[in-house]
Amino acid sequence: MGHGPAFEPKNGAVKWFNDRLPILSLLHGALGPGYMAPRNLNYWWNFGSLAGLCLVIQLLTGIVLAMHYTPDTLVAFDSVERIMRDVNYGWLMRYMHANGASFFFIAVYIHILRGLYYGSYKAPREVLWMLGLVIFLLMMATAFMGYVLPWGQMSFWGATVITNLFSAIPVVGDSIVTLLWGGFSVDNPTLNRFFSLHYLLPFVIIGVVILHIWALHLPGSNNPLGIDAKDDADKIPFHPYYTTKDIFGIGVFLLFFCAFLFYAPNAMGHPDNYIPANPLVTPDSIVPEWYFLPFYAILRSITFDLGIPFTDIVFIPAKLLGVIAMFGSILLLFFLPWLDTSKVRSAKFRPTYKILFWFFVVDMVILTIVGGKKPEGIWPVVGLIGTFYYFAHFLVIMPILGKIEKTLPLPESIANPVIKAPQKGI
Amino acid sequence: MSTIDQSIHGDDVTRRDMIHLGTAGVGAIGAAAAIWPFVHQMNPAADTLALATVEVDLSQIGEGEGVVIMWRGKPVFVRHRTAAEIAEAEGVDVSSLADKQSDGERVKPGKAQWLVISGVCTHLGCVPLGTKPGDEKGEYDGWFCPCHGSHYDISGRIRKGPAPKNLEVPAYAFTSDTTIIIG
Repeated sequence: MGHGPAFEPKNGAVKWFNDRLPILSLLHGALGPGYMAPRNLNYWWNFGSLAGLCLVIQLLTGIVLAMHYTPDTLVAFDSVERIMRDVNYGWLMRYMHANGASFFFIAVYIHILRGLYYGSYKAPREVLWMLGLVIFLLMMATAFMGYVLPWGQMSFWGATVITNLFSAIPVVGDSIVTLLWGGFSVDNPTLNRFFSLHYLLPFVIIGVVILHIWALHLPGSNNPLGIDAKDDADKIPFHPYYTTKDIFGIGVFLLFFCAFLFYAPNAMGHPDNYIPANPLVTPDSIVPEWYFLPFYAILRSITFDLGIPFTDIVFIPAKLLGVIAMFGSILLLFFLPWLDTSKVRSAKFRPTYKILFWFFVVDMVILTIVGGKKPEGIWPVVGLIGTFYYFAHFLVIMPILGKIEKTLPLPESIANPVIKAPQKGI
Repeated sequence: MSTIDQSIHGDDVTRRDMIHLGTAGVGAIGAAAAIWPFVHQMNPAADTLALATVEVDLSQIGEGEGVVIMWRGKPVFVRHRTAAEIAEAEGVDVSSLADKQSDGERVKPGKAQWLVISGVCTHLGCVPLGTKPGDEKGEYDGWFCPCHGSHYDISGRIRKGPAPKNLEVPAYAFTSDTTIIIG
């Protein structure tokens, strides 16, 4: 990707400083007029910066909450209630943090789906895509541990169920679970280490976000047409064009965020988490936060052993198979750049993939619904079909479709469909 | 200086390689030794391990009743089984079970009326229902885990659902006819 105008400060002091530490040049090139972006980015490209905004909101509110929170099983629940009732604007900080987590996942899910639709994971952006998945995994770990901290019923039992996933690992599983707990059940040592790691991981996320942006700026942004931006006619400077567009997106985003924050702050939470944790009573049903539901549905849909039918020979017991399926569903995405064999990036020129992409979205919605239901009646079957389709989409459909799909002709350049390309040299 | 450099890069290559290997090897061992305390600190601390035993008075538990005891932060079910329940548990064909154990292996000899089992579902660690009178007991009249639908029989053996194993029997001993020590 070509570079825009170089950073040339007019102020002598700024120039003096930048010559000694060129951090202003770096920002100029990364987020300023120095970064030339494709001219045709649509609003789906706003969600990267929105995710960045969410990270900042989570950090600011989280640091404030840590000033008032006590990570001890005896007082953790009460310290959160004190934040809600007594600490000045504590309710606002906590509701921003809790809803901020949900909105962070909304932004990131749309960001990921945008990448899937426009083929942003394909060469030369494979590492960029993988770094995004690393961020996603770190977010999941951070969100999970954060949900444990208020020490309500869902905190405790969610932590119990998720840490017990590791007991499915053959031979060393139980030792790993004891190591994670620091005891024989989820208890005070567990709460303390989760608090420590919940504070640490967001800073790790910042580090990976910097790598993510670095990897983005080498090839430059993908675009709705999925073709490479060739010359200056295809590009515009990031500032002021996309900074303005991002700020508009932030305004719209904050409207939705504030609507939840002030009018339905508990809509995306679970009421059981306002009951203090009780190790002797399992809640009626254990439900993770909504953003984990599709993966929880995949975990629960596997209730059969993998072995030789009609014998007792079992290669992989159901519990381990479910755990493998759940983690595999995300790890699979790391291989997507090679599972998708199509040379064409954007779904705009892939008529069949365009439809199958929406099938996949519907499948994710169905899995989300199944994950929130009790595993009774029709739901386990729906979950199993949904799980099967999820894996079929990546392991069967994507590799075959790329070989047989008849794609539409690609435009010559980004500028071409928008304006008549002027003759060179006139 | 140049002559010394030549001797190092020319004739003495194996010696120099040995030093490299030795340095890297000692460094790797040292790093591994330094990492272990950082891993092991996460394991149960001495005071956590010291929460060893709990004593249960069985005389308070009527026939057909059960209690939940807290041991090591986790529930333990103690059930006083009726003759009919024992007969039901013993009548099961062991070869038909997912985790093959006879009822006799899960109780103390001559004390078949007392079933002492961990109250932690072997699937993902929820507490199964069935101890309290009004609880759902599942399809095999024992315990039912509401989280992911595992059914346990009156011997605490897994009969249906995703759990892989029977409810664990913790180490315990009778100190008298009406008292046990768990742990």
